[in-house]
Amino acid sequence: MIEAEALTKRYGNTIAVDQLSFQVLPGQVTGFLGPNGSGKSTTMRMIVGLDSPDSGRVRVKGKRYRDLAWPLREVGALLEARAIHPGRSSANHLLALARANRIPAERVDEVLELVGLSAVARRRAGKLSLGMGQRLGIAAALLGDPGVLLFDEPVNGLDPDGIRWARNLLRSLAAEGRTVFVSSHLMSEMALTADHVIVVGRGRLMADLPIGELTARSLGFVRVKSPAPGALGDRLSAMGGVVSKVAGGALEVRGIRAEQVGEVAAELGVVLHELSPMEASLEEAYLELTGEAVEYRGGAGRGPDAADPTSVAQADVTAGEGARDG
Amino acid sequence: MDSPAGRYGLPDAIRSEWTKLSTVRSTAWTLLVTVVAAVGLGALVSWVQATHYANNGFIDRATFDPTRVSLSGLLFAQLAVGVLGVLVMSAEYGTGTIRATLSAMPRRVEVLWAKALVFGSLILVVGEILSLAAFFLGQSILSSRAPHATLGDPGALRAVLGAGCYLTALGLLALGLATVVRHTAGGISAFVGVLFVLPVISDALPSSVSVHVNKFLPADIGVSMLSTQPTGTAFPPWGGFTLLCGYAAVALVVGTVLLRRRDA
Ligand SMILES: Nc1ncnc2c1ncn2[C@@H]1O[C@H](COP(=O)(O)OP(=O)(O)O)[C@@H](O)[C@H]1O
Ligand SMILES: [Mg+2]
Repeated sequence: MIEAEALTKRYGNTIAVDQLSFQVLPGQVTGFLGPNGSGKSTTMRMIVGLDSPDSGRVRVKGKRYRDLAWPLREVGALLEARAIHPGRSSANHLLALARANRIPAERVDEVLELVGLSAVARRRAGKLSLGMGQRLGIAAALLGDPGVLLFDEPVNGLDPDGIRWARNLLRSLAAEGRTVFVSSHLMSEMALTADHVIVVGRGRLMADLPIGELTARSLGFVRVKSPAPGALGDRLSAMGGVVSKVAGGALEVRGIRAEQVGEVAAELGVVLHELSPMEASLEEAYLELTGEAVEYRGGAGRGPDAADPTSVAQADVTAGEGARDG
Repeated sequence: MDSPAGRYGLPDAIRSEWTKLSTVRSTAWTLLVTVVAAVGLGALVSWVQATHYANNGFIDRATFDPTRVSLSGLLFAQLAVGVLGVLVMSAEYGTGTIRATLSAMPRRVEVLWAKALVFGSLILVVGEILSLAAFFLGQSILSSRAPHATLGDPGALRAVLGAGCYLTALGLLALGLATVVRHTAGGISAFVGVLFVLPVISDALPSSVSVHVNKFLPADIGVSMLSTQPTGTAFPPWGGFTLLCGYAAVALVVGTVLLRRRDA
């Protein structure tokens, strides 16, 4: 369980993390999604106490990280930047960490085996490939058999086999009841791994919702064409759908599934010329959420106030919280 | 995996830091340089002194300090000790392992204490062994053709034991400087600057000024500690040593404050 409250971090004039609040619950993979530079790594570093927030706070298992009795036995983290001395062997790197938290030395061999590095365990870490270095970082995170795990862009540098392996690992860790928080700038990666996503752009919370909702509920819509759109539109609005007229006389309906729209049309006896469920792809959903954030990053000279989370994103936040309470 | 009772503490940090120090080649290399410099250079200087002693004038003979001659290699070895002291901290920043270290041991002060204890003990033991070895080897080389000393001579034992203490305090000063600058090249520059460059600058001042400045510099403190006779205007050996320990303490305290305050 990780809880962030109004977490804020500035580097000079850059606001890396801006009033970010969220919870990461055990037993599921929570994705941390956002374009490059949106503050994911900074947030991860603040969770493990490497960077201190300018304001706000973050707690792991209800405690400040520095107050944990045996940090590696409670939280394991794979951070973005490599944290390995190139002249030290993988086994000795892990041994030094194990000793810091009184973790039995046998556990070093266990995690090396688990990540598939046993054969190169005595080799200098500087000789490891990018992917092997990433596996060693994952081994370090697993060393203390912790209940909370953070992975910052874990598939970076892994080959396709390694990516599949990492995905399965994350899923099985969550299935064991652990809290698994994994960042990525790739929506497609999240779609395959995460149960729940926290989306950030420019350091701000854009959405916090189950992965399924990101597409189906919040951003998908149904395109309807009918010679008599008025009555249909009124009825759908009355049912709680959000109906808008677009060019060519078509309606875009949000919040109501295509099947239901068809049923309503039949009930009303309205002729339909088109009924198309527009499942926004995950990538589109993601771009819609963070698009403005990306734009803002690209554009120079605009004040920080120029960009606000879209109203869609705001709606998602509420939807997400509602869904989680249930 | 069940966690032990209590929480991790300084003994765990010490075991971790010892593991780190003993599993990189740079430790072995810098210690090798330390050994070769202390014993080898000490022997070489003793041999040159022995072969030239017969030609020495009255003043050279009157001030001839066989203990100091045999320990002169330590004045080179101190450079290697300083480099290792810098690396103990700067390598963490250079390689990024500081993030792994502080994730395992987030109470940062303990990390620095553990480093200081592990590295300080190592240098104290190595330094004392080396200064004893350099002393005995040097005296045996001198004994054929020049005056030589035994540990029983006035000041000799103090100089030999003081040499190890001097190296330790100097190494801790280097560790403190590296904690402040967090960078290998910067840390070594700062250390070399304090040890070797400050005396050069001081010597550029009028001598009436520089005699008062020099005695505060680690280099002069070292020479005073390695000698059995008073050297010029320097502080007495243990007085100078206390001052050097003060410098190291200041560097470590400033390092501690910054280590706690700064993002890793
Ligand atoms: N140590 C730092 N010093 C200065 N700026 C930083 C530092 N770390 C991150 N930033 C800035 O903060 C913002 C967020 O970065 P980061 O957390 O790395 O984002 P992400 O991991 O989502 O790509 C970026 O604009 C980045 O340039
Ligand atoms: Mg990042």
